Amino acid sequence: MSEGVLRPTRVALVGNPNTGKTALFNALTGSRQKVANYAGVTVERKEGTLTTPAGRTLSVLDLPGTYSLRARSPDEAVTRDAVLGRLAGEHEPDVVLAVADATNLRLVLRLILELRAVGRPMVLALNMYDIAQRQGLRIDLDGLSRELGCPIVTTVATRKRGIDDLTAKVDELLAAGALAGANTWREPTAAEIRGAHREAQRILKTYVRPPERPDTVTGKVDAVLLHPVAGLAILLGLLFLMFQAVFTWAGPPADAIEAGVGWLGAQAANLLPDGLLESLIVDGLFAGVGSVLVFLPQILVLFLFIILLEDFGYMARAAFLMDRIMGGAGLHGRAFIPLLSSFACAIPGIMSARVIDQKRDRMTTILVAPLMTCSARIPVYTLIIAAFIPDRTVGPGLNLQGLVMFGLYAAGIASALAVSFVIRKVFWRGAVEPFLMELPTYKLPSAENVLRNLLQRAQIFLSRAGRIILPLMVLVWVLSTFPAPPAGAIGPAIDYSFAGMIGHAIQPLFAPIGFNWQMVVALIPGFAAREVAVAALGTVYAIGDAEANVGALGARLAESWSLATGLSFLAWYIFAPQCVATLGVVKRETNSWGWMGVMFLYMVTLAYLASFLVYHTAVALGAG
Amino acid sequence: MHDMAAEARGGADAVLAGSVSLSTVQPGDRGVIVEVRADQSGGHGVDESELERRLLEFGFVEGARVELLHQGLIKGDPIAVRVDDMRVALRRRDAQHVWVRIERPEDAAR
Ligand SMILES: Nc1nc2c(ncn2[C@@H]2O[C@H](COP(=O)(O)OP(=O)(O)O)[C@@H](O)[C@H]2O)c(=O)[nH]1
Ligand SMILES: [Mg+2]
Repeated sequence: MSEGVLRPTRVALVGNPNTGKTALFNALTGSRQKVANYAGVTVERKEGTLTTPAGRTLSVLDLPGTYSLRARSPDEAVTRDAVLGRLAGEHEPDVVLAVADATNLRLVLRLILELRAVGRPMVLALNMYDIAQRQGLRIDLDGLSRELGCPIVTTVATRKRGIDDLTAKVDELLAAGALAGANTWREPTAAEIRGAHREAQRILKTYVRPPERPDTVTGKVDAVLLHPVAGLAILLGLLFLMFQAVFTWAGPPADAIEAGVGWLGAQAANLLPDGLLESLIVDGLFAGVGSVLVFLPQILVLFLFIILLEDFGYMARAAFLMDRIMGGAGLHGRAFIPLLSSFACAIPGIMSARVIDQKRDRMTTILVAPLMTCSARIPVYTLIIAAFIPDRTVGPGLNLQGLVMFGLYAAGIASALAVSFVIRKVFWRGAVEPFLMELPTYKLPSAENVLRNLLQRAQIFLSRAGRIILPLMVLVWVLSTFPAPPAGAIGPAIDYSFAGMIGHAIQPLFAPIGFNWQMVVALIPGFAAREVAVAALGTVYAIGDAEANVGALGARLAESWSLATGLSFLAWYIFAPQCVATLGVVKRETNSWGWMGVMFLYMVTLAYLASFLVYHTAVALGAG
Repeated sequence: MHDMAAEARGGADAVLAGSVSLSTVQPGDRGVIVEVRADQSGGHGVDESELERRLLEFGFVEGARVELLHQGLIKGDPIAVRVDDMRVALRRRDAQHVWVRIERPEDAAR
């Protein structure tokens, strides 16, 4: 007892995926939640607190869903280690709260038998009891409770029903001084799993009467949504809608954020004396914060779709439909959402790779996501195409400029598939993980849970991606600002800065791909974000306000670059990792500078090779 | 009893006679799992006993009723299977280790 006063009682939520663990976690802890990462792994750690009727403080952990304590993925390993108390910096739970979908007990009963061997005091929440009642499912709760040796509470997490009952049971258990028994768990063999299934089957037969009105909705909906042709067509339609929404819904708020940050920067510029401090705050900090914030609307829209599809139960279906199609390139069916998202921006794409539970599949997806043509490349492509590609009709309804734009998108997709194929063959040596996935019954998402999840995504992005992106932005600013030009200098200021020096120094490396020193210098601030290249080229070519004055900049480029150089620059932008924000998010999501380095290197290499090939082919064809 | 059959190869063949691998069944086919045994083909990212245990954990266990609900567009892969009261999606290459005794509608009628 006295110990309970000293530290909160630790409760861990364990159960199969899609049984309502997160909904129950939300119902229990409300807004007293903290989202972080487990030390050393990229698995999300969700913890919340609440006070029980008896005045105990409970600290609740929402663990990743699993079918067994024999972990198959990094997420499941966290669940196993958390339950067994093996996680670095974590204690074993005082109470295991097993969460079961009352309408789908077969597999979870086997898991509960495994959990029993761990010896922790346990409470079983039979969730989705509303659906069970609607189906006329009868469960002998007392009998089942006796059989399993743990208290049972029925809950409807989405409507917060049974929550008080649940906390009261935890109180009772602790007050009765339930102690952890010996931990006898070890990895079960195949024969032991079979035995546990027989046991679970027997328990099910004894205490649960099959539903009088079994669910027929899921079967009917699946007949359409999983239809080989119609299902794919609907999926494509959905993806199109999602893609459109990202552009149309996220566009105006993103513009507003940009304008707002720009306005604030201008106000600051007015208040501050001209000079370095002003430049640091306006060009460094404000521009940096702005570049983080502008991604937020896209991230929110995209994750709204992803969370809705996930909670509805559609995500597993989409993975089913896409698995074979993506599988040809060695990608997991679930990789399509991250990759599609990357057309808007690689950052939410990489963040959403979390839906893939196998580490290798997740890494492959993260590594190729930035090859998809993100919206930040569009200003660069538009500028160069307008300057170098004649506005000519080349066939019925075919415009040469449009065709080149299409080609750039196609090159991005093709290279992403090719790279993932190579990663699969070279790094993972063709090892294909088994693909086994439950197709959950369809459910109506709850608005509150969707909203809470969405806000958590935003918070995670801002707090932790920002922590990496912002310093990198300031670094780019330092490089392009220091040292200041000498008095009476005539060239653009950036020419005298570190960026200018680096640009001049490494220009010989870029000569083989047809880049002049101005281009190389512009690439350095251009690392801030791809579209910054337009402004950076404006700076080195001394075209004021280049973004508003694209025509003038284009004309200037057309006269100082050859066609071969222009094409080479386009090829560079298909591949080059000209975006510190993406690199920052990769570092965060993979929890490793190494993977970030791998991505940087392979992308630079591809960019160089592609530009080299394009430049020399064009020169050979007389476009030099 | 199937465990014993699995130990003695001859016994296993007796059980397997008249059964087909789940990787070959067509939509609408239904039946009962007679054996789950991952010991032949390689090339999986995990060893065979690991694959067998994963299949078991997803409910592919001897005696479970299965029905093929849906299949993918390309080469009918992957497949969506009803296993007792739940639905599971898997690739045919992983499903090949699950042996099923197919029940024809006329069997059920009898
Ligand atoms: N009808 C009903 N739906 C629920 C209940 N609990 C959760 N859900 C829904 O089931 C889906 C999966 O829930 P979630 O909490 O994400 O499951 P988790 O994967 O175990 O964390 C969501 O759409 C929830 O809104 C419940 O008690 N009743
Ligand atoms: Mg969850």
